[in-house]
Amino acid sequence: MGEETARPEPPGPRVRETPLPGVGVRYDFVTGRGERVAIVHHRTGRRQLVLYEKEDPDCARDSVELEERDSRTLAELLGGAGVAHELTKLQQSVEGLAIDWLPVIGGTAYAGRTIGDTRARTRTGSSIVAVLRGDLPYPSPGPDFLLEPADTLVVVGTPRGIEALRQILQSP
Amino acid sequence: MTPATFLIELGAVILSLAVLARLATRVGFSPIPLYLAAGLAFGQGGLLPLVTAEEFIRTGAELGVILLLFMLGLEYSIDELTRSLRTSAPAGIADLVLNFTPGLLAGVLLGWGVVGGVVLGGITYMSSSGVIAKLLDDLGWTANLETPVILAILVIEDLLMAVYLPVLAALTRGGDLGGGLASLMIAAGAVSVILVLSKRFGSTFSRLVFNRSDEVLLLSIFGITLAVAGIAERIHVSAAVGAFLVGIALSGPAADRARMLLAPLRDLFAAAFFVFFGLRVDPAAIPPVLATAAALAVVTSLTKVSSGWWSARRIGVGRRGRWRAGAALIARGEFSIAIAALGVAGGVDGRLGPVAAAYVLILAVAGPIVARVIDPVMARRTRPSRPVAATAKPAGTEG
Repeated sequence: MGEETARPEPPGPRVRETPLPGVGVRYDFVTGRGERVAIVHHRTGRRQLVLYEKEDPDCARDSVELEERDSRTLAELLGGAGVAHELTKLQQSVEGLAIDWLPVIGGTAYAGRTIGDTRARTRTGSSIVAVLRGDLPYPSPGPDFLLEPADTLVVVGTPRGIEALRQILQSP
Repeated sequence: MTPATFLIELGAVILSLAVLARLATRVGFSPIPLYLAAGLAFGQGGLLPLVTAEEFIRTGAELGVILLLFMLGLEYSIDELTRSLRTSAPAGIADLVLNFTPGLLAGVLLGWGVVGGVVLGGITYMSSSGVIAKLLDDLGWTANLETPVILAILVIEDLLMAVYLPVLAALTRGGDLGGGLASLMIAAGAVSVILVLSKRFGSTFSRLVFNRSDEVLLLSIFGITLAVAGIAERIHVSAAVGAFLVGIALSGPAADRARMLLAPLRDLFAAAFFVFFGLRVDPAAIPPVLATAAALAVVTSLTKVSSGWWSARRIGVGRRGRWRAGAALIARGEFSIAIAALGVAGGVDGRLGPVAAAYVLILAVAGPIVARVIDPVMARRTRPSRPVAATAKPAGTEG
């Protein structure tokens, strides 16, 4: 029993990201009980929580429209702030791993460039695991993700690697 | 012409459009076919021919096409365009081959020549992004698994139109196929250069244009769009394509605000555009071509359903979703009319206007209806036979 609790939690379901040109982005995953759930981020800021038909798993059965504040409330109720929570757990379980929050400052080299352009992983061994923009977190940003001034990057790596990345981000 | 009669006439036209748009929203349909019908009624040989307002509506119609295409470009980012091309090129090719060919053949068989065929091919090829976007939203299909492929097909159609329009312009100017090919090269070159430029400098451009004052932003964007459209027309790339590319280059906050600020302008002038097309068509010319238009509508509905069906199957969508994808794409609308307007202006056969008007009237109405009924029909056909136990309800739940 004691060993059972020490085992790390299995990874969450794989979230699939599908761009909907002209509309926004759809994120969907299949729950542990085999039901598909999707969130559609409309470009207008509107969010849609979608459930699918049992007989026709391609077709939306029902959807709930969420305004920005509704999404926040829902995320909190579901035990949101998931990224930060998972990170703290990760930090405790892997020795030598550091997590830091690095700002993107306007006028520096990478404000207005993509994450891929920083080549953070190749040059410093650290990973950008999330971007905080305004009130909204963008977990697992891809290499195409465009960095904007005043973004905050959540970075995981060795303390030395993170320091190197901080230098890179500050370069003019 | 006195200003008073002009104002009264224009007011009456816009008011009747308002009534029609209200009717369309009530029934849940696109107002495009109703605007076209209104144009038929106001034109020569119609119920209430206009006397003084036609000139203004003509100018409005020109702005209407430009704004339609500008807003279309605004809908998409460069990344969405390139990604759609990368992931859905086979779907785009199937869509082009299956839906351009019937129009092309029909045009040639009707004796309109190759140019007439190319015009009619464009008319049958382009689905209506406007009607379909609204349809997907109304039916709650936005999150469906087949929807990305529907949207990708629309994106590819729009991108191909940016290459098609200049070619069409060259052909209707009286060039031969060689001249058409030359302008195809020029257009494709210009479009690619602008796409590359806007990928590199689009965000800088958008930052420069952006202003906190809505007034400044509206005037800057409208001014830039019209000027670029004019320059594009001057170098024979077509005004509509110039406007489309400006829309693509804009991104970020400037694009978000532009969408809100220019949408009302687009609605006003696009309405003028549809009315103007209807004005130029003599209603008496429609009945003789109705059979042709209807036959073309039936054939090209079937080809749209096939290409949509196949494209959805390609990405692993189930049976019902394939039918939904096919049916959603049937609707034709604004772009078919835009292409027909170019053909009419270019002096293609006199039957082009009436055929295009009847064709779009049929499919802008029938497309959404087919999409609405196809899913319940297919659900009934594909539903597995229910086990007997499921029908036996426990006592006391009914009544």
